[in-house]
Amino acid sequence: MARKISILVVDDEESVRDSLSNWFIEDGYQVDCAENAKKALQLIESSHFDIILADIKMPGMDGLEMLRRIKSLRNDSIVIVMTAFASVNTAVMALKDGAFDYVTKPFDPDDLSHLIRNASKQILLAQENETLKNKVISLDNVEDLIGNSQAMKEVLKQVESVAQSNSSVIITGESGTGKELIARAIHANSSRKYYPLVSVHCGALTESLLESELFGHEKGAFTGAMYNRKGRFEMADSGTIFLDEIATISPKMQIELLRVLETKSFVRVGGNKETSSDFRVICATNRDLKSMVEQGTFREDLYYRLNVVNINVPPLRERVEDIPLLVDYFIKKYCTTMNKPLITIDDAAMQRLGEYPFPGNIRELENMIERAIVIGNGKKITLKDLPFGKDMIDNSIESLDDFEKTFIRQILNKYSWNITRTAKALKVDRVTLYNKIKKYDLKPDE
Amino acid sequence: MTQPNITLISFGYFGKHFLEKIAEAVKLEYKYSVIIKESHLDLSEFFDPGRRQYNGNKLLHAVNTLSMPQTLKTVGMFSVDLFIPILTYIFGQAELNGHSGIASLYRLSNERYGIAPDDKLLLERFTKEVIHELGHTFGLIHCMTPDCVMRSGTYVEDIDQKDQHLCHNCRRQLDAADKAW
Ligand SMILES: Nc1ncnc2c1ncn2[C@@H]1O[C@H](COP(=O)(O)OP(=O)(O)OP(=O)(O)O)[C@@H](O)[C@H]1O
Ligand SMILES: [Mg+2]
Ligand SMILES: [Zn+2]
Ligand SMILES: [Zn+2]
Repeated sequence: MARKISILVVDDEESVRDSLSNWFIEDGYQVDCAENAKKALQLIESSHFDIILADIKMPGMDGLEMLRRIKSLRNDSIVIVMTAFASVNTAVMALKDGAFDYVTKPFDPDDLSHLIRNASKQILLAQENETLKNKVISLDNVEDLIGNSQAMKEVLKQVESVAQSNSSVIITGESGTGKELIARAIHANSSRKYYPLVSVHCGALTESLLESELFGHEKGAFTGAMYNRKGRFEMADSGTIFLDEIATISPKMQIELLRVLETKSFVRVGGNKETSSDFRVICATNRDLKSMVEQGTFREDLYYRLNVVNINVPPLRERVEDIPLLVDYFIKKYCTTMNKPLITIDDAAMQRLGEYPFPGNIRELENMIERAIVIGNGKKITLKDLPFGKDMIDNSIESLDDFEKTFIRQILNKYSWNITRTAKALKVDRVTLYNKIKKYDLKPDE
Repeated sequence: MTQPNITLISFGYFGKHFLEKIAEAVKLEYKYSVIIKESHLDLSEFFDPGRRQYNGNKLLHAVNTLSMPQTLKTVGMFSVDLFIPILTYIFGQAELNGHSGIASLYRLSNERYGIAPDDKLLLERFTKEVIHELGHTFGLIHCMTPDCVMRSGTYVEDIDQKDQHLCHNCRRQLDAADKAW
């Protein structure tokens, strides 16, 4: 863990000092305050501050003079000046004298946090450069990513190596395999982690909504647009944007997206000013984008721009070793949230889970465990707490055919028996799907 | 003797169902019983005519004085626009390791940003905000984990990105602090 960053707030107004120090303490910084320049300089002589946030206009020695003195001490603190009026002149003077930046009072919470994060990033980078030489990079903030299988280790290795770079990443894998979790892990281990991770579920929005969601809009751009609004690309500035279900976006949006990725700038809906933003893109899809490119439904140029690195998350049935770990983890998770004593699972139930193909992957396993805890006896999860109905227990899966049948039924149910969508998800044509339905005598559930 | 509890005080009108949902979520997260109270405090003395907003520092102080002996933590819930002197607005604030916090609905509704209202989303956002401020009173600071409720956010959309739960790390810190009592 890096040490706490220290901040000194210098302002003659008590309410300003209190407000700012409260805000910084919540952010985990070490904070001191001084009510005038003289006191501040005394503090600076006796201890080091990473960031000094100083009012320009104070009785006695003003902020500019204080800045000059700090800098003449050859002090490496980052100084940010606050000014009560948008007086560009004084601010520019301060910048010339070595201030890192300035803010106009009162500030937008977002501007303040951006400013402080910029400054702390600079400090941390300097610290890291010193210690990086012989340090092995290890993943932080991934305790929620369970898995000890070789397959999962490979995925984590990829997460680790790609996190530090700026490249676009496409995460592929069946539904429920943990794609979104992987995206979070990449962000949380990148140098962008101090900035937002903004996710957009592309599949859930219509084309025009998606457009204003991504690019923002100006007041009056359409009926109901009563305020200017930042888009997701703007919010992801210095951070990461996660575009989930990327395969669902329309041809028009594909073109617009490509343009934004190339120029890193865009125009708000109903606006005319180019806005730029420094973001990293991570996408996810459970479709085969490559074949969509071949079929002409996904733009090839966009595909190549997004697919700099591809992380494929294997389905759960290809990493059954992880099932016991996941089961333990979900038992803990749900017993804790439901405020129940920890329970266990019996061997027969565990074995049954190990044999089941989990078409819905980890999400399905998670739901099963949650349900079992709710309906169970509060001590042990047994077979009867698991949703393997009568048909599944007596004809448990022993052949590839059984497997295929179960799998197809699950996907059909998932898409409410919409043949076109199911066929798409299974990557077969509709005729093949009809034949399978006939072969296995599948029928919609009641 | 009554057990220590968390008290949520509403200032201004909140639906009964809305309040119950929040209480339920708070109880689930912090494992204390939750009491809902209504306050009829006149908010006009907290209004700053120059900024046409309500002073968050003074309100936090007022909530603190309303807090009762058996109450471990108190959160004041508002529907007015909050500010603190140096910032243009806040969603809420709390005393780190203290007794009280405040949170406001005002900037959490879709309508504020020209989008169709969504009551479910509003409830979610406000619940997260209340749980977040309570986290501060239990000594938790902002967390880097992307979906942790203690991640700081300055836009409503930031709030939408996170869960209404503490991540493992924060949970562990909370449990450790709890034992130390
Ligand atoms: N390795 C893992 N360890 C613990 N939990 C996991 C893991 N992988 C996935 N999960 C859990 O499973 C659920 C589904 O994960 P996630 O939403 O990331 O899947 P997805 O691949 O994005 O699915 P979809 O394609 O349907 O959007 C989540 O609740 C997530 O927390
Ligand atoms: Mg997903
Ligand atoms: Zn906070
Ligand atoms: Zn956390």
